Amino acid sequence: MTAITSDFSSAPVLPKWVVPVLLLAFAYGVVPLIGSSYLFEAILLPFLALSLAGVGLNILTGYAGQVSLGSAAFMAAGAFAAYNFNLRIEGLPLIGSIFLAGIVAAAIGIAFGLPSLRLKGFYLAVSTLAAQFFVQWALTKFSWFSNNSASGVMDAPRLSISGFALDGAIGRYLFALTIVSVLTFLAHRLVSSQTGRNFIAIRDNETAARIIGIPVLKTKLLAFAISSFIIGVAGVIWAFAYLRTVEPDGFDLDRSFQILFIIIIGGLASIRGAFFGAALIVVFPLVLSRLGGFLLGDLFDSGVLDMSQRIVLGALIILFLILEPDGLVALWDRIRRRLLFAWQST
Amino acid sequence: MTFLSTIKAAALSAAMIVSVALPAAHADEQYFPLQSYRVGPYAAGGTGFFGGFIDYLNLINIRDGGVNGVKLTWDECETQYEVERGVECYERQKSHAGAAAWNPLSVGIAYAMIDRITADKVPLITVNHGRTDSTDGRVFPYVFPLLLNPYSETSGIVNYIASKEGGIDKLKGKKIVVLYHGSPYGKETIPIYELLAQKYGFTVQQIEVPHPGNEQQSQWLTIRRAKPDFVVLRGWGVMNPVALKTAVKVGYPVDHIVGNVWSNSEEDVIPAGDAAKGYTAITTQASGNSYPVVQEIVKTVYDAGKGNLEDKSRIGSVYHNLGIVNGILNVEAIRVAQEKFGHRTLTGDEVRWGFEHLKLDPAKVEALGAKDLFHSINVSWDNHEGEGYVTFQQWDGKKWNVVSDWIAPDWALLRPIIEKSAEAYAAEKGIKLRTADDADAVTTN
Repeated sequence: MTAITSDFSSAPVLPKWVVPVLLLAFAYGVVPLIGSSYLFEAILLPFLALSLAGVGLNILTGYAGQVSLGSAAFMAAGAFAAYNFNLRIEGLPLIGSIFLAGIVAAAIGIAFGLPSLRLKGFYLAVSTLAAQFFVQWALTKFSWFSNNSASGVMDAPRLSISGFALDGAIGRYLFALTIVSVLTFLAHRLVSSQTGRNFIAIRDNETAARIIGIPVLKTKLLAFAISSFIIGVAGVIWAFAYLRTVEPDGFDLDRSFQILFIIIIGGLASIRGAFFGAALIVVFPLVLSRLGGFLLGDLFDSGVLDMSQRIVLGALIILFLILEPDGLVALWDRIRRRLLFAWQST
Repeated sequence: MTFLSTIKAAALSAAMIVSVALPAAHADEQYFPLQSYRVGPYAAGGTGFFGGFIDYLNLINIRDGGVNGVKLTWDECETQYEVERGVECYERQKSHAGAAAWNPLSVGIAYAMIDRITADKVPLITVNHGRTDSTDGRVFPYVFPLLLNPYSETSGIVNYIASKEGGIDKLKGKKIVVLYHGSPYGKETIPIYELLAQKYGFTVQQIEVPHPGNEQQSQWLTIRRAKPDFVVLRGWGVMNPVALKTAVKVGYPVDHIVGNVWSNSEEDVIPAGDAAKGYTAITTQASGNSYPVVQEIVKTVYDAGKGNLEDKSRIGSVYHNLGIVNGILNVEAIRVAQEKFGHRTLTGDEVRWGFEHLKLDPAKVEALGAKDLFHSINVSWDNHEGEGYVTFQQWDGKKWNVVSDWIAPDWALLRPIIEKSAEAYAAEKGIKLRTADDADAVTTN
């Protein structure tokens, strides 16, 4: 497991809050003015949803050391819960249904987190698979969840906050960005709090943590709850703001693996890592595919191109991990330190 | 010096070709964004269907120089049948000017596109599949489940089973199992089977096979216990041959399995080998390459080395022919719209008008070289399916043989159900029902 030092070793020249604030200012102030609908619909919205899911999983896996393969199930739980709250409770504001959806996901997370009290590592990963299969099965089996829709697919409700419609691409982007920023900030505060340190203590040595008086059972379940809450809300963003349909098949095991890869590639136990990882997983294949289509589209059909993109992507991921096993965050910090050093020594 | 002069001559002729070709590039073009899939578990369907579609577009370009001089263009974006890839492709391809219609060949992707294409006013074609209630053009102005929506297909299959049993009244007390693919496409017909079962007095048991469906032992053991009179196979991709093979394993007679319209291709039966002999399936378009339009594609497109299928033995297969039929429907809709709006690049809304006036009677179908390939279509502003006919074909181990006439599904029975569902959708989404006058108001730029 990675040490958490990378989060505390930011550059000596600037206060820690400057970079995030600048980034947010850019995301709110500049991006909506210059972005095309493709940028919002195909890149930024899935990026934001998966980043948030990565942040959630990183709390559980990166900080608290509990490996989970059930992330997509918690996303599905969040998305379907928000859909049903919105549908069935008259007058509940959208934010209310999203919050309740997070609570539902957290409850399911606690239930499936119980085995973590006895199981560790791979065994826990396998038992979280149960969540993955159970949730998908339940959502497919009981058509009540999908409001008895014939095909099991529902249309997400229109997004609006206190009467202000957010249906356009930019509106949905700002909606997602706000939720992601708030939850990421809270997650950042959490991991530097006493609770966050308890998570790390349990990850690094459970017996030692128990001896110094950390309530292991409570802390583990708390990690499952918080992580599932965040992932559940990410599921709502995925379904409501990005795809605008809700269907169980979109939350399959592949999605769980995708989120796990995001945090492994981005950097375990790092909030920023989830964003780096999501950028690589979401944006990079698109860049490759557009580049491939642009350069070689006339020579090969799209199937051949798609296959070769997978090979390139796989090779690059292996390369990244060999160069920097601690993830893109560590790579980024190393590059930044070198640059700073070069700049200071001139 | 001869070498240099050769180069010079080549350069000159190249320059001449470019200067000749340039005006053509500025001519009117109509663009088809193809969200195709050539890899993944459903590649057989994707390559066949999009292969046929592209072959037909190529035929129109090479033989006729386009539709009334408007050249057809397209590009492909790989979706692997996955919804979020389909959405990404949609966002990527929609910036291209002159888009005629979307043909994603995936119910999941189609669902995700309905709001988007409605806002952008470009038609969405889901030939032989799609969301059933999008047949109601009052609520879904831009969605067209052409030829056969899932409910009509179900009605056709039940009528066929009835005819095998000796009449619709003989269905009483019979038992039918529906084995369906665990996807939006597969689930689409659950309510209509329940409803028809109630109406005709047979019992129905519907069993899901999780995507992609390469393991069906437990489902077929359930079927063996249930001892149904017929099994309807509502499969897709690899699920179909596995179903046929497993049926043999548990001893269920294959001639009592009826395949639906996405379980009816060569790619579904050939991998099953002998297990598929005697299997019957519904279709809207016959297989085989004897039809004049398929012959012309072979002559004009494949002999010029421009064919899309790598494996030429697949020419005239079920998916390939469906792609060709889909090409005919798309191109004829453009032709109809061009007669109204002019021989130029049309807007999506104009093409929508074209689809809503797409009427191909059997005589017109014959003129297009597709006699017996498919029957006819009659789309209107409020009926976006267009009353396609179905037929049944049986696999003899080498090829499909047609074993029924063209059958009309029971549209009168289905229409009120479709309208009710569409109206409920309209109420939920706050959509005002469209009238015939609204349908004639077309955005022309």
